[in-house]
Formats: sequence, C-alpha cells, structure tokens
Amino acid sequence: MNKVVAEHQGYLMQATNATIQFGGLRAVDSVNMNIEAGTIVALIGPNGAGKTTFFNLLTGIYTPTEGEILFEGRSVSGKKTHVIADWGISRTFQNIRLFKEMTVLENVMVGRHVRTKSGFFGATFRTPSFRREEKQIQEDAERWLEFVGLIEYANDLASNLPYGAQRRLEIARALATEPKLICLDEPAAGMNESESADLDDLILRIRDELNITVFLIEHDMKVVMNLAEYIYVLDFGKLIAEGLPAEIQSNPAVIEAYLGQDMEAAIKAKRRALLEARGEIAPETTPKPEAAAKDPVMMDSDGVVMVATEDNKEKNDAA
Amino acid sequence: MTNTKNTSNNTTAAYEDQAVKGKASSAEAIFGNIAKPMFSRGGNKSPLKTALTALLLVFLFALPIYLQGMGEALLLAALVGIGLYVILALGLNIVVGYAGMLDFGRMAFYAVGTYAAIILAIPLANLLGDSLEGLVFPLVMVAAGLIAAFVGWLLSLPVMRLRGDYLAIVTLGFGEIVRITIQNNPFGLTNGLLGLPDRGNVLASPPFFDWLRDNVYWALGNDFFFTMTRNVYWYYMVLIMLIVAIIVVRNQDNSRLGRSWAAMREDEVAASAMGVNVTKAKTWAFVLGAFWGGIAGACFGFFLGGISPEPFSFLNSVIVLAIVVIGGMGSIPGVLVGGVLIMGFPELVRWFAMNHLGQAGGDIQSMVANFRNLFLGLLMVVMMAVRTEGIIPMKPKFHKLFGKGKSDKGDHTDAVVGAAPKGGAGS
Ligand SMILES: Nc1ncnc2c1ncn2[C@@H]1O[C@H](COP(=O)(O)OP(=O)(O)O)[C@@H](O)[C@H]1O
Ligand SMILES: [Mg+2]
Repeated sequence: MNKVVAEHQGYLMQATNATIQFGGLRAVDSVNMNIEAGTIVALIGPNGAGKTTFFNLLTGIYTPTEGEILFEGRSVSGKKTHVIADWGISRTFQNIRLFKEMTVLENVMVGRHVRTKSGFFGATFRTPSFRREEKQIQEDAERWLEFVGLIEYANDLASNLPYGAQRRLEIARALATEPKLICLDEPAAGMNESESADLDDLILRIRDELNITVFLIEHDMKVVMNLAEYIYVLDFGKLIAEGLPAEIQSNPAVIEAYLGQDMEAAIKAKRRALLEARGEIAPETTPKPEAAAKDPVMMDSDGVVMVATEDNKEKNDAA
Repeated sequence: MTNTKNTSNNTTAAYEDQAVKGKASSAEAIFGNIAKPMFSRGGNKSPLKTALTALLLVFLFALPIYLQGMGEALLLAALVGIGLYVILALGLNIVVGYAGMLDFGRMAFYAVGTYAAIILAIPLANLLGDSLEGLVFPLVMVAAGLIAAFVGWLLSLPVMRLRGDYLAIVTLGFGEIVRITIQNNPFGLTNGLLGLPDRGNVLASPPFFDWLRDNVYWALGNDFFFTMTRNVYWYYMVLIMLIVAIIVVRNQDNSRLGRSWAAMREDEVAASAMGVNVTKAKTWAFVLGAFWGGIAGACFGFFLGGISPEPFSFLNSVIVLAIVVIGGMGSIPGVLVGGVLIMGFPELVRWFAMNHLGQAGGDIQSMVANFRNLFLGLLMVVMMAVRTEGIIPMKPKFHKLFGKGKSDKGDHTDAVVGAAPKGGAGS
C-alpha cells in the first residue's frame, strides 16, 4: 500500500468546510470535522440532518460542491468509491445493501476484492497463483465471519439471514476490505436489546483488537453514549455541536435540536415500523403512544438523566 | 438505577418481546427449509451429476455415427446451428446473467466474427501457403474472437453509465448499426447485401479436415457405416468449442472477476464501496461476452463457406437473449437447455416433417419459421407467469469451508444472537 501522508496534523480524516448542495438544499453545510486514528467517533443528529450524506461524501459516492475532505492527507474529492475503499475507508449502509442473491461467505469474499489482484487471465486458466489467492480469499472471509459470529451461516443466501445478522454481515464485509476507518450507518437500527448489546461488543472489538478507527452514525443514545469517545452533532446539514459525550449531553443546542424530541419514542416508533414492514410483528391495532411519549428522558449508562426539563415534557405531552 | 429507567426498559421490552418472537418464527421458517439442504451440500460436485455429464458427452460424441443418411446430414447441420447459438448465448450470459446488463444486439458480435473470419482467411491462406493450410482456421477464429472482443470494448465505452432500458435500446441500436454497415459494403470488404457467398471453394480447409475425410471411415456390413463429411466435421468442431466455452465461462464466473460481476449485478453502490471497480467489471463483461460471438461467428462463416447479412437480424438477437432468459440467467445448464429447446425444437419439427410426413411435410416445413416465433412467444409468456428465474435457475455458489462451522447444523437462531467466537481475525 502506498502511503501518501501529507501534512494532516495527525488526523486520519479531516473535513474542512465540507458542503454538498442538492438543488436548493445544502444537505451538508460547511462541516468541519477531525477524526483521530484509533478513536470511536459518533455522528448524531435528527433524521434528515445530513449524516448519511456526509458518509456518502466521505466514501466518494457524492463529490463535495465546496470544501474538502482529506483522508490521511489525501483529498477524496472526485475520487472513485473503489479507490477510496482501497485507501482504507469502508462502510455499511443504513438501508442494508448486501448482495442478496449471493451467499454470506461470498458477500465477505467480495470485500477481499480490493486487497487481491487476480484477473481475467488467472481466472480463465485457473493458474496456480489464482488458485492460491482464491483459497486465501475464502480463508480470510471465513475468519471475518467467525469474527462477527456468522460462520454458521456461511453457505446461506444473504437475504435469508435474520435482520440483525444482516447488519453484522455488512460489518464483516466492510472489515474484509481491511479498512483503517470503518463507517457504520445506524448499525443498531432494527436490532433488539440483546442484539444491540452484542453490537456494542463487536464495535469495541473492532477498535481494540483490530485497531480500526470507528465512525458511527447512531440513533440509539445508549449505544452512542456507551461507545463514542467524541461526538459530532449535525442538524439541517450544519454542525451544531461537538465534544465529549458529557459535553454533548449538557449542550443546550443539542438538547433543543435533537434530544428534546423524545428520542426513545422516536426510536421505538421507527423500530416498530421497521419490524411491521418486514412482517415480523403484527401491526398495532390501537396505537398507544402515551407510554413512550410520557418518557422524554434520556440517560447515559449510569442512569444519569440527561434531558428532564419540564419544558420538553410539556412539549411532548402536547404533541 | 432510577425508576424512570425501569419504566423505559419495560415498555421497550414489551415491544421487543413481540419482535423477538416474530424473528424466531420467521428464522425457523427460513432455516428449516433452506439452510439444511444448503449446509449438507458444501461443494458443487455430486457423483450423479458427474455420471450424467459423462453420459451426455458420450452421447453427443457418438451421435454423428448414427446420423449418416441424407436427412440426418441436415439434422447435423441443424445441430451445428444450435451449438453456435448456445456459444453465443454463453457469451451473452456473461453480460446479462452474471453482470446484470441487458443486451439486445448480440448479432453485432456474431456478424463481426463471421465477416472477420471470412475476410481474413484468404490473405492469410496465401501468406501461409499450402503446407500450413490447417492453421488458417484456428488463427482466423482466434482473430475473429479478438476483433469481436475489441468491438465489445468499443461498445462498452459509451454505455458505461447506462442501465436497464437505456442500455437495452443502445445495444439494440448497435446491433442494427453493425448490420446496416455491413449491408453498405464499407471499404469494399463485405460486398453489401449480396454478401460473400461461395467462398467455400477458396477458403482453406480447417485443420485435419482433408485427412479425416480421406482416412476416417468404416463400415460394418451394409447398415452401419461412418464417414467424415463436412457436416460431421463441423458438428465436432462446434461441440469442442462449446465445451471450451463452457469451461472458460465457468472458470471466469468462479473467480474474483466473476464475484465482481455478481456484486455489481446485485448492488452497484455496495460493490464499489467494497472496492470493486465497476467500470472495469462492466468492460470485462462486454469484452469477454463479445469474444464468444466472434468465435461462434468464425465457425459459422467457415461452416457455411460464405455469408450474407441476413442471419444477423434483430430477431436473432432477441432469440439469443431468449435462450438466456428462458434457460436461466447466470446458469450455464440453463443456457444449454434453453438453447436446445428454443433452437432445437423448431429444427426437430422441420426434420420430422421432411422425413416422415411426405408431401404434407413440405407445407409444415414452410410453416415452421412462423411456428417457431409463436412457440417462442408462448414459451416466454408461460415462463414469465410461472418461473421468472428460468428453466434451470442460477444457483448460489456454495463453498466447502476450510475452517470450523461447516459440520455444525445446530441451532442457527442462537448462533447469531450469541457471542462471536473470539480471536483469529485480521490478516
Ligand atoms: N441524492 C440526493 N438528492 C437530493 N436530496 C438528497 C439526496 N441525498 C440526500 N438528500 C437530502 O439530504 C438530506 C439529508 O439526508 P440524509 O443524509 O439521508 O439524512 P440523515 O441524517 O437522516 O442520514 C435529506 O433532506 C435528504 O432528502
Ligand atoms: Mg441516514
């Protein structure tokens, strides 16, 4: 791997004034962001804030209309997505994008693409070096499946996996590219409590055992507060706050924009809708939002109340 | 722990209880039916399959020995036609089945291959002289394959960003452009609508043909004899090229390149995020698919001993596409069955009518051309209604695992929720 490391002040990823405009909408608006290697950084914000769009900028799916994003000192602007993958940024998708008609193992084997090289000639004539590489690809893929706990499913179709397992498979596939930075877009969405706890474990292991920097979009505040060492908050495309988890919890702008909206209820509703859409639970006949709506309280893992202003409670009860 | 927290947990738990139950039952339904046969499979080879393949090969190689009469000679010619279309369809299958792009202009590459072979053969024969005559066809065939592949590359340039309908329209147009160009006699090469007929006398003999015709014949009494006629020779040549095509295409499918096609077909954005160079994968699909058009074209041209633009119609492009779609996109056995069915059935009717129906046979023969399109249309309608994935659908690629996990068919639902096995990652 050729390492072009220009002056980047020790940051793995550095966004300066990053902006993308869709027609009249500045989906990401003058965002400055730094990610230090080896950290777990979260990107939070209400729906439509521009979080996924920022990931798309970072991975070359969109090109910033203004500003710049550097990865290890190199600008990602105008670079093809597969080139950026080669540099060492990998990702998962908010709306799971697995290769559905391929097996679980083959999905991960595709992830090895960027670190392997055999081509048309080796494939056609099945040269010894081709076969050696194929074997290595499969062995590596199996190891990643073991790492995320899906090896049992290796020969199943990806689309046949339960939902939570599909999210883990996306992570395995992303890890197989041997990234330096892994971007996880709402990895806990649609997971139940125990799956979500396992996911926390997995994310920690990715950082601690594999030394991969983690960039995390997540709505589940428990996950965020458990894992993130630094948090960026987007709202309407703009960065409205950044800081340590404790600072974010007490930041008035964040509470106003985001936490005050009764996240728990929002998450529950979202999860319910998701599960209903997948036919895994029956649609609710009589909606009972009161239980959730009366609980606009956010806590960190120690049970410290983050948002409990009467203001917010009233707002939510009224809504 | 505060009280508020507990309440919050309880309500969440209520939702999730339901969720978990729903999940377990759906997982059971899925894994009960699908996972078990999949897990017991592991590799791709079963003894039964090997035996059937061997039997089929013996049958195909022995067939000309039994087809020696006048009518049978025509049947052999029909079989050559079927084989050529199957080779074409195998090439198209790379583009349509593996890479997931539509191509309505397959005849373009077939035409390029046919004309290239015929046009190149005579100067090459003069160059090589009589003693090396046998080399002319193999060289010309490879050249035709490479020229068609080059044309495939040219086509891939403008269509790189197109998808679905747009791609279909552009490839359709391309097929027509090639045919019309040939009709207009560019650089005096193709002789326009008249084509290049009767080159049979001047085309060099393909390898060993003269020798085989002079030396390979035998008779067992009056009823059973064998001679190497022209049709028999081309039957074997096409059969061998077909087998080569199957092996090569299958190898390419079962590779890093093949995986990049499949990933691109399934999800282009995800594929490129995993490092697949989508442009490159598409280009290779077009190039390698077109190559077989050239190979089939060269065989076609030499088999006919001449050529005109008629066989390269849009309808025939559609027929090649129908072979792939009805047989099973991305499935080599599907393409074989589709080819035999779509190309073979009308030929069989024609042959039967001619040999066994006397006077009435003539009329039926003339109906066959139309009947075939009706048959094709009906087949398509039926397939779309009952089996959209084709007669023999593409199978996922199962792998025999190197590591652990292959033998355990235990409780799958637990395995996902449970903790991941420790360590051993990274490479
Ligand atoms: N390709 C696009 N064209 C136009 N608008 C877009 C596009 N992608 C995203 N947006 C808009 O950008 C905003 C941010 O979206 P997104 O990044 O998905 O939000 P989130 O923070 O929920 O991930 C939304 O208003 C969305 O509609
Ligand atoms: Mg999003």
